[in-house]
Amino acid sequence: MVDFALQPNSVPETRAKRKRASLRTALKRKSTAAFLMTLPLILLISIMVIYPAFYSLHLATLNKSMQRFVGFGNFEFLFKRETFWLVVKQSCIFAITAVVFKALIGFIVAHFVHNIPVKGQRKWRGMLLVPWVIPPAMSTLAWLWLFDPSYSAFNYTLSFFGIGPIPWTGDASWARFSVILVNIWYGAPFFMIMYLASLKSVPEQLYEAAAIDGANWWQRIWYVTLPMMRNIIAITTLFSLIVTFANFDIVRILTSGGPLDHTHIFATWAFRVGIEGGDIPLGASVSLFMFPILAIAAVFILRDINKRGNEA
Amino acid sequence: MADVTLRKVIKRYDDVEAVRGIDLDIADHEFVVLVGPSGCGKSTTLRMIAGLEDITDGDIMIGGDVVNDVPPKDRDIAMVFQNYALYPHMTVAENMSFGLRLKHYPKAEIKSRVTEAARMLDITDLIDRKPKQLSGGQRQRVAMGRAIVRNPKVFLFDEPLSNLDAKLRVQMRIEIKKVHQKVRTTTVYVTHDQVEAMTLADRVVVMNHGRIEQIGTPNELYHHPATRFVAGFIGSPAMNFIPCRLEEAGGSLNIRLTDRIAFPLPPARAARYQTVPRNEKLLLGLRPEHITEAKQHKEPGVENFDTVLDVTEPMGMETLIYFMLEEVEVCGRVNPNAGARDGGPLRLAVDLNNMHLLNEGTGVVL
Amino acid sequence: MTSTIVIDKAAPTRAVKYGSMSRDRTWALRWSYFFLTLFAVFSLVPPIYMLITSLKSSAEISAATNPWWVFHPTLSNYVELLSSNQFLTFFRNSAFVSIFVVTITMLISIPAAFALSRMRFWGSATLATGVFLTYLIPDSLLFLPLFKMFAVFGDWTGIQLINRWYVLLFVYPTLTVPFCTWIMIGYFASIPKELDEAAIIDGASWFQTLTRIFIPVAMPGLIAATIFAFTVSWAQFLYPLVFTTSTDQLVLPVGIITSLIKGDVFNWGQIMTGALLGAAPPLIIYAFLMDYYIAGLTAGATKG
Repeated sequence: MVDFALQPNSVPETRAKRKRASLRTALKRKSTAAFLMTLPLILLISIMVIYPAFYSLHLATLNKSMQRFVGFGNFEFLFKRETFWLVVKQSCIFAITAVVFKALIGFIVAHFVHNIPVKGQRKWRGMLLVPWVIPPAMSTLAWLWLFDPSYSAFNYTLSFFGIGPIPWTGDASWARFSVILVNIWYGAPFFMIMYLASLKSVPEQLYEAAAIDGANWWQRIWYVTLPMMRNIIAITTLFSLIVTFANFDIVRILTSGGPLDHTHIFATWAFRVGIEGGDIPLGASVSLFMFPILAIAAVFILRDINKRGNEA
Repeated sequence: MADVTLRKVIKRYDDVEAVRGIDLDIADHEFVVLVGPSGCGKSTTLRMIAGLEDITDGDIMIGGDVVNDVPPKDRDIAMVFQNYALYPHMTVAENMSFGLRLKHYPKAEIKSRVTEAARMLDITDLIDRKPKQLSGGQRQRVAMGRAIVRNPKVFLFDEPLSNLDAKLRVQMRIEIKKVHQKVRTTTVYVTHDQVEAMTLADRVVVMNHGRIEQIGTPNELYHHPATRFVAGFIGSPAMNFIPCRLEEAGGSLNIRLTDRIAFPLPPARAARYQTVPRNEKLLLGLRPEHITEAKQHKEPGVENFDTVLDVTEPMGMETLIYFMLEEVEVCGRVNPNAGARDGGPLRLAVDLNNMHLLNEGTGVVL
Repeated sequence: MTSTIVIDKAAPTRAVKYGSMSRDRTWALRWSYFFLTLFAVFSLVPPIYMLITSLKSSAEISAATNPWWVFHPTLSNYVELLSSNQFLTFFRNSAFVSIFVVTITMLISIPAAFALSRMRFWGSATLATGVFLTYLIPDSLLFLPLFKMFAVFGDWTGIQLINRWYVLLFVYPTLTVPFCTWIMIGYFASIPKELDEAAIIDGASWFQTLTRIFIPVAMPGLIAATIFAFTVSWAQFLYPLVFTTSTDQLVLPVGIITSLIKGDVFNWGQIMTGALLGAAPPLIIYAFLMDYYIAGLTAGATKG
């Protein structure tokens, strides 16, 4: 055996060199195949997402007929308009209030579901997630009908308690309330499901240890549950902040931004100005204001992902 | 069936050399075990034979053909993985026949091979189950069955028993040995467990830091280790290494362990170590079974001395004793009735006929 | 309750402690059920109200009787809608768009996820992160540039995409592909590496590894991703509102809103019926595949 391998020493040497080159091409072929498999994805993202994102930057610098470069003209125009500042204010109020309440309600409901015997949890979870499943355009129509100025089923019910009639979508403050309420109704189940999943992943022993250490239920939530769920709470809130900030369907269908632009948020106003008003550059400028909040949220989410990647 | 040859095989990951030039000849039908601590390059070597890792330099031959750049499927090998790697969505029969189905074997042939392998491994009743419904030992059998039905030139095992509990491991070890006796396929088996290596192998390859320390039959490795690493790695409890020096003592040669303890070497040993420089730092290698309680009649080459024990570990058929020689803890094996107790004195005998003398600096057995 | 606490503090004897604990537990349960019922009512009022209204005739709706009760149930709204060509066109457009988008999404996502999770190549890690970031970019940021892009594209090539239902096949994947790729990467990455090595040794090509090992093993993830892609395509409202206008090109959500609301005449019986029918496919999928639906929902955050 041994001398067999020693004597034709030079032959395998040259053969090996040639073969090694062919292995390199094989490896190259593998990474080419991998690249080709991701090519549709890359094309889709670059043509339909990245390009339009930059294109909207370009659009924002044109005049209404899109023939003349106006630099920051559109932004200057926006800053001078009262409606714009109204939209900024409303977007922030809308997003922050809705997300805070969605998170709170989601957390509370998740706890209640977690609290009851496992046997029944599926049923309750199933019912509580229904708002998230119905396409928001469809469910908002139901809310619109529930808020109807003359036939509102809510006002009918409240009239028995001597309340109302409430101008759900007619009065600026009430309209803002209604829009946020519908958004909470639609989004809270998402938080509930996320929190529930992460509640289930908290080891039971931690609660038992805390109970032995003499923690009451509030201390158990504060010292065990919340720290364990911190990551999920953060990432879900950021997700929701993005989605809520960019919301279109609910406001569009419920109030169309009215009364008197008092419920417009960035997306609906950009639609009003850009599509209905025919001023695409101005609309693009409006929607660009969503970008900073997205970027900030994205940075936080990315940091979280990287952190988790390192842990794993 | 084929022999496997590795020539100066090197594997480099970026700037880390995992395997640093391995030469190994595995004969047809042979059962070779690669053993070593984790990170010694044994798994990498196996994966290079399998073709799952490309080699940086050198040659790998299976059945006389250089397979350096042959993809795994054309190497005609089968592999059993540590976590079994059974396809979770396939039944046992489907798992075992997957490779044959990919190669478009006739249905009848596949069926007969699967049936045969299942019978050999005693898993005929499980043939329609999914891996999830099997116990660890059963999964292990299926993984072996998947290798057997392929009827490959070489079996490769990558730590196949390390996910099993101790009792099952012993059982499966015997099972693997039986299978090898039946099919006689050339086998390369990787493990970090020296007991597995000793019990299974025709020849054991001890690896450390990407190099081969020693190749030999289990008995050769046990009785004639070439290096301190092999001497320490093979055998449990491990061999004792006691710092010592050689001294001339009136024509004969003494081995001095401490200021107090020195033994005359047996004549055969004395002759062998004649050329070793005196006063060089040496290590005396003694297996625990060669440190026992002192006997009534003195045998040649067996020397007695007194010590105070630190700890004793009664094992039933024997008692392990631990005591200090200068700074070194030494382990011995005595009869349960020898009167060893924690902190108690005991007269011990060392069998210098089975001693090893090592160079402390190089670790080479002299 | 109060008395128990007092006793607790004074002298915590064993019997009292146990008694109060089990009583606390019972009360906690009762409160849980009470609030859960409250929230369930809150959640279910709109869909139930849809159903109630859909069973009413226009006469009963305008009679302003108790809105929570149906006095003369009728299926006339359903009959009318399901026999109207217009509504069926909306439904057909929605079904076509959703099914095609699901197919396109899977054809793009699965190979990409396989490549990104298993075949490392230059820039693959960056691309995986990029995919995730894309998922964060909302539709309301892109609809204007996309609209303009399609208009310009139409001017250049003469291929008119605006106001054709199939323009949505180009647009919807931007919403579905990133997320589906992302969760498929997660599922594929959770498959042990030895499994593909076993397949390689068994003689499978990488394509066979994908189709015969990865796809079957990651089937739950695949179903979750499919459900996600379907529900997103079915529910999307902004893009069809922007890109389609002729009634024969509309999908369901836009169709119901633009065609059933004529000026300020709201035919609520029909609107609610349409909305309920529009909500039916996702609800049916949800009812039968709830676990997959929830897996897809939570995967985005937990698989990351």
